Amino acid sequence: MQEQLFQKKIDAEQKIEPKDWMPDGYRSHLIRQISQHAHSEIIGMQPEGNWITRAPSLRAKMILLAKVQDEAGHGLYLYSACETLGISRDELNSQLHQGKAKYSSIFNYPTLSWADMGAIGWLVDGAAIVNQVSLQKTSYGPYSRGMVKICKEESFHQRQGYEIMSEMANGTKEQKEMAQDALNRFWWPSIMMFGPHDSDSPRTGNAMKWKIKRKTNDELRQDFIDKTVAQAELIGLKIPDPDLKWNEERSSYDFGEINWDEFWGVVNGNGPCNEQRLNHHIKAHEDGEWVRKAAKAYAEKQNS
Amino acid sequence: MEATIWEVFIQSKNGLAHKHVGNVHAEDKEMALQNARDLYTRRNEGSCIWVVKSEHIVSSVPEDEESFFDPSNDKVYRHPTFYKMPDGSKHI
Repeated sequence: MQEQLFQKKIDAEQKIEPKDWMPDGYRSHLIRQISQHAHSEIIGMQPEGNWITRAPSLRAKMILLAKVQDEAGHGLYLYSACETLGISRDELNSQLHQGKAKYSSIFNYPTLSWADMGAIGWLVDGAAIVNQVSLQKTSYGPYSRGMVKICKEESFHQRQGYEIMSEMANGTKEQKEMAQDALNRFWWPSIMMFGPHDSDSPRTGNAMKWKIKRKTNDELRQDFIDKTVAQAELIGLKIPDPDLKWNEERSSYDFGEINWDEFWGVVNGNGPCNEQRLNHHIKAHEDGEWVRKAAKAYAEKQNS
Repeated sequence: MEATIWEVFIQSKNGLAHKHVGNVHAEDKEMALQNARDLYTRRNEGSCIWVVKSEHIVSSVPEDEESFFDPSNDKVYRHPTFYKMPDGSKHI
């Protein structure tokens, strides 16, 4: 009965709010998805943070600082949405530290040159935008509102990345090579960000029925590829996929087979930077312990 | 023990009402305001911020929705369209 009412609301495009009745599976799916999303924003600060002190100009440095600060903000919006489901921030952090909660595998790849800042903004944020635009219509109210806020801020991220790529692609021979190399390394991991094929994604069914997800992994991936190919061509870079071809009939690009062994390898902890990213997060959290204690002690003193 | 959760309300422009935007964790009210400013007004979103401890918010519950809000629909005479105006009346 309750479940029928719940589904009726979902089918009528109404939002579910924290105090509304919801199936346990809906709640746990949301906690897993939103926390993974939040952790991705926070872990995602590391590969870019790596370049703040090495940015090639003051302008580039100010932009990168603002972008990394935005990522922290996005993480916090999402933790905030996740907490409305009845899980604490401490528990979310501890799930991350124990490896029970995941974050996007893309952040387990290293950032080797300045062009990687371009590739991340253009491709990684670009892929995230495609996903997040569709999630603005997710059925859970707090998640949906968080997505609206994030989408408003995110387009600056993608544009700043594309600007870097465009400048380098039109720069010296070395700069163009760096840009192409960054595209070569980030292209496949970016299209893997959408997750496994729908046929290998057992949770997609419920997520679509409950309207947590509004488009499937494969639909989102195709949207992203169709948007991005022309952008690469415009700045004279080549997407590293020999099978990429316009399909007149589908009005979409056909593309090559994704290396799923690599994908699962990185998801399961064997990417180039998994250990480094997680250890850094744990260290930052532990190093911040005294600050949290001091803030608490100060507040208690004010109140006494 | 985790820090207290504070709900954040922002007035986007002078003269408008404060609107709920989300929450922050903070130990005391100054920190709550500071965190709210950093998190929710990085792009000119507001001219004033309120922070309120979440535990101080009292909310109606979905189960009461019907009994709580239904009566307002019975009282059609609360709406201006209920009243018959004589033909030709203006500015009313």
